[in-house]
Order: sequence, then C-alpha cells, then structure tokens
Amino acid sequence: MADAATAPVQVRGTVLTVRRVDAYYALTFVAPAIATRFRPGQFITVAVGGSANPSGGPASSMLARRAFAVHDVRPDHGGTVEFVFDAAGPGTQWLAGLRARDVLDAIGPLGRPFPVPRDPSSCLLLGVGYGAAPLFALAARLRERGSTLDFMLGAASADRVFGALTARRTGRSLTVLTSDGSLGARGPVTLMLEQVIREARTEVIYACAPVAVLRDVSALAARYEIPVQAAVDLPMACGTGVCMGCVLPVSGTDGVTRIVRSCVDGPVFRGDLVRWDDIGTIPFDALGAPGWKPRGPASPAAPATPAAPQTRHAG
Amino acid sequence: MTVDMRSRLGHVELPNPVVAAAGCAGNGRELAQFLDVARIGALTTRSIMTEPRTGNPAPRLAETPSGLLNSIGLQGPGIDAFLQRDLPWLLTRGAHVIVSIAGGSVREYAELAIRLSDSAGVTAIEVNLSCPNAEDAGRPFALDPAAAGHVVGAVRGNARYDIPVFAKLSPDVTDIVPVAAACVSGGADGVCLIGTVLGMTIDPIRMRPALAGMYGGLSGPAIRPVAVRCVWQVHEAFPDLPIIGTGGVQTGRDALEFLLAGASLVGIGTEILHDPSACSRVLRELEEELAAMGVDRVADIVGQAHVQRRIARNPAGHSGG
Repeated sequence: MADAATAPVQVRGTVLTVRRVDAYYALTFVAPAIATRFRPGQFITVAVGGSANPSGGPASSMLARRAFAVHDVRPDHGGTVEFVFDAAGPGTQWLAGLRARDVLDAIGPLGRPFPVPRDPSSCLLLGVGYGAAPLFALAARLRERGSTLDFMLGAASADRVFGALTARRTGRSLTVLTSDGSLGARGPVTLMLEQVIREARTEVIYACAPVAVLRDVSALAARYEIPVQAAVDLPMACGTGVCMGCVLPVSGTDGVTRIVRSCVDGPVFRGDLVRWDDIGTIPFDALGAPGWKPRGPASPAAPATPAAPQTRHAG
Repeated sequence: MTVDMRSRLGHVELPNPVVAAAGCAGNGRELAQFLDVARIGALTTRSIMTEPRTGNPAPRLAETPSGLLNSIGLQGPGIDAFLQRDLPWLLTRGAHVIVSIAGGSVREYAELAIRLSDSAGVTAIEVNLSCPNAEDAGRPFALDPAAAGHVVGAVRGNARYDIPVFAKLSPDVTDIVPVAAACVSGGADGVCLIGTVLGMTIDPIRMRPALAGMYGGLSGPAIRPVAVRCVWQVHEAFPDLPIIGTGGVQTGRDALEFLLAGASLVGIGTEILHDPSACSRVLRELEEELAAMGVDRVADIVGQAHVQRRIARNPAGHSGG
C-alpha cells in the first residue's frame, strides 16, 4: 500500500520523559523509525496496561490500542516522538505512570498527513484542548514555506489551553477562548472565528477539535470559500484499518457518500466533504446503506477512499 | 530441532496452523505492513456479502475487561469489488485465502459460493452463520441447527468440489454439538469455533448502551475458555472433523491449548488489533513451545488432551484405547 519510506512500523520504544503540561501529560519516547517517517497530522498508537507481547511481560487486559496525534518529533537520540494526552481513563492513567527507560509498544506514523500549500499562504490553525498538539509540527512546516500563521486555541479552562506560548511565539496572531473565561475571551472557539478570518485574510484553515467544532468551522469556512483541513479524533481500537470502529460518512469527489475509516482514510479530511451532522449515523444515501441501490456503472468498485485531501494550493 | 508445522485444512495443506481470523485481518493489505501474509497458515477475509454494505452506525466498539465488544454490522464492499480488487491482491502476495461469506438468506450464501468457485485461488470458504436470517425474523442461522445445516448444504452444493467449506459457529447456543452435527450432515468439511459471544455494556456516565447497536460480539481472551470448551465438545463428538479453533489467542501457549483441545488450526482474531504482527509472533512462540516439548510434528498433538485424559482415567487400559 505504502512504500517502505512512509509505511508505518511497530517498535518497542524507550520512554525518555513523562511530564505534566498544565492539565495534560506529554510523553516522549525514542523511535527513530517513526520520527523519520512522520509528517504533521499523522498519529501513533500505543499498547497500554502491560506488554502487547505477553512473552515480554504480563499481558494487558486492555486490548484496544490508544491513538494519539504526534505533537513533535526531534532528532536527538536518533529520533524521538512526543504525544500529549489527558489521563482521563485507565489506559491513559497507565501511560501517565510510565517512567524513563520503560518500554512502550508503538506503531506509527499512521494516517494521512495535513496537505501543505506549495506557495506561502495565510493559514489559520485552530485547536481545542490538547487536540491542538498536532498543529505545532504543522506550523513549523508551514513556516519553512513562508506561510503566515494565525492561531486560535480554545478549551474549557485556562489549564486546558494547550500550546499558547508556542503559538504566541510562532504565530502572527493568537486568539484564545475558554468556556469559563479564565483565559482569553469567554465562549466557544468558533465565537471569534469570523472576525479572525476577516482580519487575517485567511486562505486555508487547519483544525483539530471535537466534531461539533469542526462542523461549525467547516460551515463558516464554506461561506468564505476557504478550504478546511480537519483532523478528526474519533475513538479507535487498532489504528491500522482492520477493526472498522472509527468510521464516519464522507462524500467522495464523485458525489457518493461512503462510510470510511478515520484511521486510514483520515484523520485529516477536507471539511467540505465530511458529513458532519451524520457522524454516528448511516445516511440513507451512503454506498451500501439499507435499501441502497447502485446508480449506473459500478461505483461499488471505485476506491473506498475519498479523494485525497487537498487544498487549493496543494502541490 | 525444527518442528514440522504443516497443517491440513480439509484436504488442503497449509504451511502452518496459524490463521488470521475473519474480520481481524482486513482484506490483507492492512496486515501486510507488519508481516508477510504468505508466511502465515492462511488469512481469512472479512465476511463478504453480495452487495456493498455500510454496516452499523458508530460507536461500534467498546473495550471490556480482557475483551472487545463489536457491532460493525458486516461493513464491506460486496463480492464484485472483492473479486476485482482484494482477492487478486492477496493472491499476488502468495497468501492462502479463506474467504468468509455472509448472507441474509440461503440463496445469498449459495450465490456467493458460485461466484467464489468461478474465481481461482480460493483456498477455502468459511460460512459465517452468525448473520441474521431475513426469512426467520432476523434470528441468526447459527442458533438453529436446521437453518445452519441448510446454509452449509447450499454452499457445499454450489461450491467447487475441491474448495473445503468450513462452518463458523456461534457459542450462543445451549449445546453446540447438534449445530456442528447439522453442519456435518450438510456437507461441511470442517467447523470454525467460535464466533463472538453476544454481550452488552452500558456507559454509566451517559446512561445508555455503549454501542449504537446496543449488543455486540464479545471477543478476546475473555472468551477463550468458552472457545476451548466448544472445541473440546465438538472434537469429542467428531474426532475426525477438522476444527479451526478461534477465541482470545494471544500467545503460542494459548494456540497450543486449542490444538490440545482438538483444533487442527488456530485462528488469531482480536489480538491482531492489539498487535498487528500477532500471527507471526504466535507462530514463532508455538514452534518454540513444541520444540521444547520434543514434538516433531504439530499434527501429532491435535486432540492430545483427550488422549491424556483417557489415560489418566484408565491407566491400565490405555493400550487398548
């Protein structure tokens, strides 16, 4: 499917650090094979609660791999990978309890990365909570190409705004909104979106946020004819495409809606192609829905993948 | 010492007894990133139906202690796309392919058997009997021995004579032996034991079922003892019937347990989600276990737990059988 230079690999990586970042944790581990293949927007999965290889330790009772967007990769130790998480469940609490030199079973890089415009563009990077983590590796890539960056970060409270300092340093502007008003303006992150788009003359939006926010961002961007690259964060169990758990309805460029896997066909999708309001349902007109009948010649045989996500500028 | 790992799937010889179970190996491409699909005994495809199918709404998966509940709803591209795209790819990679088929009626199963018989390279057909029978108010075929036997008969009657037909049975029955017996009468060349166990979990925070489909199939190590029991019972009743033992295998030692219970092949399912290289790892571990035990051929230990139990119960008479 993918060639050896980009195909995901399964590694046993040594943990370097697990540190607190406000309300979250950031875990860095050594994985040169993942770090060198990584492109911004891609994710990794890790086995939690014990060894994925029971002969290497006690078996875990938690069978679903946990998926995390990669925050950053660095060249030290041959290549390290960092991801950010909220220790909200037993799997992430186990991760938070890891110490330096522990071993982590990791697979990556997985999924489609953010497409990057060829020419310098005015880019808006919007993230909610620790979901903003993948935006910063993207920001570095965009800056290399001369794009200007405006950040919008949202969260429930000040300690849940991720990356405000980095955003302030690398962006032309930063707009912060919190639900309780403890940092920045009070309200949902979309509250000031229109204003930011107008002032920044935004040409492309990159968004990592809950589905409801991505829906609102995509709807507003459509009015301004701005392309949106939206990274969805749906629950996954494997991350490699076999379990079919992380599905959502997406229109292809052929107009046919398919139920696609966010792990292999995403996690980055064109905001205008995702049927945001139908996530968690099977739209009646989706290919293969109950009562669905083929229209004309053989669309079933067309690739199950929607068109590759592209911006207007994509090269 | 090397162990002879060659195993039989009906009359077909496979390089080893480790099989990727249906629904856990995608259609091969996903797994091929992590292992050589030609090196495992066989790869079972996702269950194929005649038409494309969206499956159930999300959430489709929930994690439970040592288990996974799923309600995918047989999402798939349909037989046309499978034959055009997925099967040829698997064959170019040299995989032994067991094609799992699913239908809402006996007729759909028969049609799938005909389509698969027309294409080269199908190692075996696995009949997924856990699908709702549209002609019986959605009751799964596998719960009714007569319906299960009827489906198997239709598949066996329409499949090419040299393609073995295996029936995949559900453990959600009072006694699995009569269902296996009906499949044997229908002409099954073997059985695959077991499919998932029907289960449910409720999200206490949202106060509603965790899965959109309410119930789901439980898989993983949580159901391994149920699977071993089913393999034991069916092997006891039909000592010569080939069995693919599937249910919560994580290690070579787990695979050994199924072989001892009477399975001649072992399916790896949910563990593939947890560890995509599980099939090659389990194969390696199993070979090491067998070598350490001094076993020359893996076929020699199939059903050995039955033999050992008879010896233990009747030490004097064991030479007489």
